[in-house]
Amino acid sequence: MKVKSEKGVGHWLIQRITAVLLIPLSLWAAAVFLAYITAPYSAAQIWLSSPYIKSAVIVFTVLMFYHGYLGIQVILEDYVPNEKTRTYLIYFTRLFSFFMTVLAIISIIQIQLS
Amino acid sequence: MAERPLSPHLQIYKIQITSLLSILHRLTGMILYGGAVLWVVWLMGLANGKDSYDAIQKILLHPVGLIVLLGWSLSFFYHFCNGIRHLCWDMGYGYDIKTVRQTGWFVIIMTILLTMFTWMLGRTWGFIWT
Repeated sequence: MKVKSEKGVGHWLIQRITAVLLIPLSLWAAAVFLAYITAPYSAAQIWLSSPYIKSAVIVFTVLMFYHGYLGIQVILEDYVPNEKTRTYLIYFTRLFSFFMTVLAIISIIQIQLS
Repeated sequence: MAERPLSPHLQIYKIQITSLLSILHRLTGMILYGGAVLWVVWLMGLANGKDSYDAIQKILLHPVGLIVLLGWSLSFFYHFCNGIRHLCWDMGYGYDIKTVRQTGWFVIIMTILLTMFTWMLGRTWGFIWT
């Protein structure tokens, strides 16, 4: 895998931008998760049926997995000496993160008041 | 790529607060990735219906689930506080070794306090639904 130098700057910057955006979003998500973890099904359903909440949860989830993917990528680059293994693991993480994000978005869209 | 030196070489360093916190940032980051997957599982459960939601909730509130949640909350607040410390460094602040150690200890104390606060809040909020 050839790594272009300008790609590194983009990576570094996106990691920071997602980090800054996640400061308020992750606090909000943590507070919400804390409040709803003991909630009955109907209460959680009502909460996530609002289009505004849905949008915010989707934005949070996308940023979280993007930030997580970039972080794991750096760790893999530092600790996996074999180039082929490293490249495969990075691609796997990228694919897995994308898959998880899509699953989350589909789930969030599906939630509606019954 | 193969000729590049790979860093950091964890095994040759004497552990100090600075290096320990640096490793913890990566470790908690990886734990949080697992937490992100758990978050998706919770959302899927909510989308799938009452039975799935209740089953997941039962697992989360089981003592084993609570230990996972404790680790998750500790990791979150550590990564959150230390992440802000990293962002300050990126802007050029707090580089001298004395400040680095002080902010390091501050991160540790804040992590513990915020986690304790969260669990106290969780207990109170838990009663809302009952």
